[in-house]
Amino acid sequence: MMKNEKTVIIKYNAGNISSVWFALARLGVEAEITTDAGTIRKAGRVIFPGVGEASSTMKYMREMGLDSVLRGLSQPVLGICLGMHLMCSSSEEGNTPCMGIFDSVVKRFVKGKVPHTGWNSISSLKGPLFANSSENSYFYFVHSYYVPADKFTTAVCDHETPFAAAIQKDNFFATQFHPEKSGDEGEKVLKQFLEI
Amino acid sequence: MLAKRIIPCLDVKDGEVVKGINFRNLKNIGDPVEHGSYYSSAGADELVYLDITATNEKRKLLSGLVKRIAAEISIPFTVGGGINEISDAGTLLDAGADKISVNSAAIDNPELVDSMARLFGTQFVVVAIDAKEENGVWKVYAGGGTRPAGRELFEWAKEVQERGAGEILFTSMNHDGTKKGFACKTLAALSDILSIPLIASGGAGKKEHFEEVFARGKADAALAASVFHYREIEIPELKRYLHEKNITVRL
Repeated sequence: MMKNEKTVIIKYNAGNISSVWFALARLGVEAEITTDAGTIRKAGRVIFPGVGEASSTMKYMREMGLDSVLRGLSQPVLGICLGMHLMCSSSEEGNTPCMGIFDSVVKRFVKGKVPHTGWNSISSLKGPLFANSSENSYFYFVHSYYVPADKFTTAVCDHETPFAAAIQKDNFFATQFHPEKSGDEGEKVLKQFLEI
Repeated sequence: MLAKRIIPCLDVKDGEVVKGINFRNLKNIGDPVEHGSYYSSAGADELVYLDITATNEKRKLLSGLVKRIAAEISIPFTVGGGINEISDAGTLLDAGADKISVNSAAIDNPELVDSMARLFGTQFVVVAIDAKEENGVWKVYAGGGTRPAGRELFEWAKEVQERGAGEILFTSMNHDGTKKGFACKTLAALSDILSIPLIASGGAGKKEHFEEVFARGKADAALAASVFHYREIEIPELKRYLHEKNITVRL
């Protein structure tokens, strides 16, 4: 299928979608917020953002048929926070079977203050998203569940336990932190995504 | 390592930033978006916008202002003041707020915390608590510190945590406006009983107070208004100071 240059943001029933839109606008990209399968398939880049709860969001994605749309995409896809979790195989949040793009299991923090809220440094950076980032730069996190560091991990963070700050498999990218809320450092990561 | 957060608080009235001295005697000093940008580039970790007229005068913060803030500023911000209903919170989320804070509305209707957490996620719900120590008891106040809520600080903080608050913003009314330091002992005790992050507020006067509130007060974040507004403390300098004192901050 011919892809256009458009960046789309998948809209769903929770979360601060507009902050992602605004962050892209600050980079000069006017994204389209959509639930339309055709628009998503044709887009040059897809962002699956999110704050919200796993089981209700996954239910919504299935009802809209968006889980299989997302799984079938070949253009660059960026999942953020809950978006990252839903791209894994399952989440302990509401014991939710997820999309299975990454065969990782999302776990709940059992140590430290939860939600893990605030700016934390990331390290062992790999892959195109972090081409312009330095080791130990700070990003904004807010989450109670995490993806354990594994073979897909492209950045590591630590909150009493090490976890994946970012993962990648082929065209699928995901970050646990919110690049749209991480100041200049976040802007660099979004910019890299837009240039893949 | 997770950094300790520095949070300037901007009190907003009629769309303009004002500074409060013990919640009263307001003095006008400017545009909320401009202030936010300034703080963001100075290294503030988050911003809190508090509509101080809202609770008393039943005025809603304009979602237009929130939209302008979200469009301009690339760090998280919380909006509080006059949020009484689910729909108020939903409007602010749609406008681009990262979190909302509820205070009096949670006291009057604790179920509101449960509903908001369920609908928007715990990370979206900050419960602000104003309390004053009277005869050894920390009594909670509603209505911008004007009305005794009939609650005790520790009990109330635990309750809202269980109801789904994602963070607690505790303002000591004994310390607020004094510039003599935060309520470190009480904050440490509160931090110990909570599993969610604690934001300390009230009493910041000099850099040393921030070191104390993190080292001794065990706070996860510290909020202040006037010391930042009147540039008595510059954020970059404060963060360098904290770094030298071995407090983890984002530089």
